[in-house]
Amino acid sequence: MKILLMGNPNVGKSVLFTRLTGTRTIASNYPGTTVGFTRGYLKLGEEQVEIIDVPGTYTLEPTSKAEQIAAEMLKEGDLVIDVVDATNLERNLNLTLQLLERQVPVIVALNMWDDAHHRGINIDVARLEELLGVPVVPTVGVTGQGIRELVSRLPEAAAPQVIYSSSDERWAKIGDIVSQVQSLSHRHHTWRDVLEDASNHPAGGAAIALLVLVATFWVIRLIGEGIINYVTDPLFNWLWTPLLMKLSHLLGSTGFWHDILVGKLINEDIDYLQSMGLLSTGLYIEFGVVIPYIVSFYLILGILEDIGYLPRLAVLMDTFMHRIGLHGYAIIPTMLGLGCNVPAVMATRILESRRERFIAATLISIGIPCAALQAMIIGLVGQQGMQYVALVYGSLFISWIIIGLILNYTVKGFSPELIIEIPPYRLPPWQVIGEKLWLRVSSFIKEALPIVLGAVLVVNILYTVGIFDFMANIAAPIVSGLFGLPKETVVALAIGFLRKDVAVGMLAPLGLTATQLVISTTVLAMSFPCVATFVILARELGARDMLKATGIMIASALIVGSLQNLIL
Amino acid sequence: MSQETQLTLGRMEVGQTGTIIQILGGRGLTQRLEALGIRPGKKVTKISSMLFRGPVTLRVNHTQVALGFGMANKILIEIDKSA
Repeated sequence: MKILLMGNPNVGKSVLFTRLTGTRTIASNYPGTTVGFTRGYLKLGEEQVEIIDVPGTYTLEPTSKAEQIAAEMLKEGDLVIDVVDATNLERNLNLTLQLLERQVPVIVALNMWDDAHHRGINIDVARLEELLGVPVVPTVGVTGQGIRELVSRLPEAAAPQVIYSSSDERWAKIGDIVSQVQSLSHRHHTWRDVLEDASNHPAGGAAIALLVLVATFWVIRLIGEGIINYVTDPLFNWLWTPLLMKLSHLLGSTGFWHDILVGKLINEDIDYLQSMGLLSTGLYIEFGVVIPYIVSFYLILGILEDIGYLPRLAVLMDTFMHRIGLHGYAIIPTMLGLGCNVPAVMATRILESRRERFIAATLISIGIPCAALQAMIIGLVGQQGMQYVALVYGSLFISWIIIGLILNYTVKGFSPELIIEIPPYRLPPWQVIGEKLWLRVSSFIKEALPIVLGAVLVVNILYTVGIFDFMANIAAPIVSGLFGLPKETVVALAIGFLRKDVAVGMLAPLGLTATQLVISTTVLAMSFPCVATFVILARELGARDMLKATGIMIASALIVGSLQNLIL
Repeated sequence: MSQETQLTLGRMEVGQTGTIIQILGGRGLTQRLEALGIRPGKKVTKISSMLFRGPVTLRVNHTQVALGFGMANKILIEIDKSA
């Protein structure tokens, strides 16, 4: 049996899903968090039933790709749990009534029941149940209230199949239902209203956005550095180094296996950034440099997502984003890209048109460095002074804007207007944030670590075989001539295809000047995406547009790298 | 009735409340707005508008919705007299 969790965007389907199945998913406070679908299982008596978390939709007549997925999924379901936002009964019932026209049995979860109560919205559940002809269960996803009753009443789900001849008739029915079941009581002005009003005001909004942005960067850096200085570096230096040195002696301090596992000793010691062994540099790049920043970034992103700030940022940025061929909501995939480009490219599904998705995905791949790359840039380039890190970010940001302007001018079509629901501010539910952080960090480790270790292995083997010298000589004209970099950097640029963090790590032993570091990391960030992003780009855009995007990336990396070489 | 009582959402002032009379657009726009609960007969309050013909935010029922300026100008409103 297949049970579908359906409902309007941002009504808490993903939180309910986690409650029902124990399967972790990413839930946030903005419409469109779920763009694909997640499956999980629930034990119902003797039977193991499949539960699917469907992307949110306002209607069964789809207007975006995510909504289209939702409408298509409906054909597969044996039962629908329609998740309704109790604070927004009228609009939510539109989808409910559309579902009740179909043949599939429906049960309604009246979610955010606590929030409705706080807002002075009272709903007569028994009457609503009677009017709809299907079971209605009040729930609070975040605390788990009502979940057991929901599960126990699943067998009562019904399909009244009441058909409305027009949407006007349906809305009339909804109006009738709402007037019978809902009553409002007076409520006081809350902290949320004050904050919501302030961030809606153009000047207040801009001030808040700037504050949020600066604070975000500062806090992410603070936490990241904190983890490195007080947790991972001590662990590596006091625990791991002595162990590795023992292994090094066992292996005879040199030789093929020694170099692959431990790496080259530098001044009789392990240098985590230069040794290039699987167990030294390979592990250090991931756990000693990148993961502290991944943890820090996703913690802060999770909080921003759950407070409900991102849609407001989208409104604020809308006018500007139109200049680069997008609308404000594209800021959400872009922010996700600062963590990892893979989920970011997938999140472009919340945009309506193919053109927007192409522009957004291309711009993310070019101008938005992922957290792993950023951690390495801050670690390596930052040693030379933060002004050089600023140069890298500045170059990327300016390129992002200019390429956006050009794409907006050249790609056929126009970008549709923004139309989004602004969720209320909510205090972040810490449990949800913790689960989300754990899910993101653990899936990062699972997906990234094998590729990182693989990349380090490839580097070692290719070094031994001598292919690098060959590659370096062939590409020398471009790299030295255009970018002013030593020809050895070719190797790092090539490894960037596997993973950007390892690639930056490979720049460490080359003894580059600060300017050369700025140029090489900028080129690394802009040129082709890592292999994981490549796969997702091909899947989301199709092979042709993916190749087009890649062409744009390589061209812009060449141009920007040479310009930097000329100017800096 | 003076001319000023009927205007589009885009030209409405922030803080004003009114009732939607008509959506001046095609079926596609009407449907998308309708899905968000924005349809003739509904009371809406304009909450804010961004500079440079930026998006307009309105409250309908208990939700806030942000719309592009062009869309906002296709929503015809009759301003409440008491407001």
